[in-house]
Amino acid sequence: MTTSLADVAASGATLRAFLHGLPGVDRVGADQRAATLGTRSIKTSAKATAIDLAISMVDLTTLEGADTAGKVRAMCTKAVRPGGGAPKVAAVCVYPDLVAVAVEALRGSGVRVASVATAFPSGRTSLEVKVTDTALAVAAGADEIDMVIDRGAFLSGDYLKVYEEIVAVKAACGQAHLKVILETGELSTYDNVRRASWLAMLAGADFIKTSTGKVSPAATLPVTLVMLEAVRDFRDATGRQVGVKPAGGIRTTKDAIKHLVLVNETAGDDWLTPEWFRLGASSLLNDLLMQRQKLTTGRYAGPDYFTLD
Amino acid sequence: MSRLSVRKTYKLYIGGAFPRSESGRSYPVTSAKGDFLANASLASRKDARDAVVAARKAFPGWSGATAYNRGQILYRVAEMLEGRRAQFAEEHGGGKRTALESVDAAVDRLVWYAGWSDKITSVHGAANAVAGPYFNLSAPEPTGVVAVVAPADPLLGLVSVVAPVIVTGNTCVVVASEPSPLAAITLAEVLATSDLPGGVVNLLTGKQAELAPWLAAHMDVNGLDLTGVTDADLALRCEQEAAENLKRVLRPVQEDWTADPGIGRMTRFLETKTVWHPKGV
Repeated sequence: MTTSLADVAASGATLRAFLHGLPGVDRVGADQRAATLGTRSIKTSAKATAIDLAISMVDLTTLEGADTAGKVRAMCTKAVRPGGGAPKVAAVCVYPDLVAVAVEALRGSGVRVASVATAFPSGRTSLEVKVTDTALAVAAGADEIDMVIDRGAFLSGDYLKVYEEIVAVKAACGQAHLKVILETGELSTYDNVRRASWLAMLAGADFIKTSTGKVSPAATLPVTLVMLEAVRDFRDATGRQVGVKPAGGIRTTKDAIKHLVLVNETAGDDWLTPEWFRLGASSLLNDLLMQRQKLTTGRYAGPDYFTLD
Repeated sequence: MSRLSVRKTYKLYIGGAFPRSESGRSYPVTSAKGDFLANASLASRKDARDAVVAARKAFPGWSGATAYNRGQILYRVAEMLEGRRAQFAEEHGGGKRTALESVDAAVDRLVWYAGWSDKITSVHGAANAVAGPYFNLSAPEPTGVVAVVAPADPLLGLVSVVAPVIVTGNTCVVVASEPSPLAAITLAEVLATSDLPGGVVNLLTGKQAELAPWLAAHMDVNGLDLTGVTDADLALRCEQEAAENLKRVLRPVQEDWTADPGIGRMTRFLETKTVWHPKGV
């Protein structure tokens, strides 16, 4: 397999043949496996560790039309010091025009700045605009770029177009990490999720990400499972490790811990660090902090005592 | 051929749904004479937590509803209760006549509180005279989520503690009487079919000692009614826990539920908002 991987993208036909040659996903099996792993009981000290790990994996995100520089600064402050002695989050994720604000607010903190680009969330624009969008975000100081794939092209079978777009955006990223958003809610089957994962990884993605958060369903456990299997198999085949970022719809500590269990059981604990696994979320952080406080104080926490975001 | 009767499963009432306890536990309920009546769910602290979440979710809608609307819904609860008079009398226990009297009193109590919904503001609020060119108005507002430990009186006592809490716009989590929880769950069926939005009243059955301290300590609960707590140590512990976020607390009391209730139970869980409005003179 390793020998053929290099020239898989030689033409549309070879790429198509490779992606359709991937083994199909057993949908019932994947659902069942994810559901079973979701029932794992994580308590007391293991839970405390899991919560802190989850906090350190959060990509604290604000992607609203109503975002302001002030809101981004407030979020950055929270990202560095979530409160109660909790560790800092992995990154903040903003629109490209607010990258400069986030970079300024996070200088020296060790929290990375991620920016969505390529006409997020629909991706419906020309390649020139996508590449420029990416280059501007990188120039403004973004450490990580979250791009969206062209789902229209993917679903109509034009895999080479999707591939070449990712390659072009990756080139525009320079040193910045590239996360490729598959928008699994629009891909309709797990087979497509597996193909899109491989496609993105072959094209040079550093991370594969489930969703924009603008489409429902967003990150579900079985979809993350399929993607984790893909990065595991990809590393076995090529030796290159790719990260996974489920995003959208992860709101509770329970959801976050289920994802961590999934990572550990599917890809292995090599992925169980903020460098290789991220949780894209906004309201999740408050729930993690509330659960963290419950463990330290022994009383259920209330949202009145946490910053709103 | 004789027919096998279908027996009711007594579950919890959380967020407008009837779930079993998260813990999967139940406990046998017996009559005063010791005869087995039914199994009731034995709620855990996680059920209490879920109930608080449901109550918090329901609060904006319920407190934002007009007082008139809340009164109508409470009156509707009374109507539905009236329709189930016989069933409640049967589940009530004790003599048939006292049971019926108790059910009637509960219906009347609901109607009485329903009438208060749009009057409590006038009685408990005020237009204050102040030394300046301002209209100065004080209006009562609901405090938020109230945890209620219901007294032993299975229906009249329960209605008498729940109605005053919700009529002003609070939502509540109620721990039903441990020895006689069946009427509480049947009351939940009444509430569920009375246009009362889900989550306004959440009913848990189980042990006071297991649930009350968690509710008392919960930072997202704003008020605590300890009426039904019989153990003085437990009450003291709950009051101490409640101090952490300054909950409004109603201490345990022995009340005669047939007496005129007064407005104290309503005002205990109200806050006062005062507005200064310039007069423009």
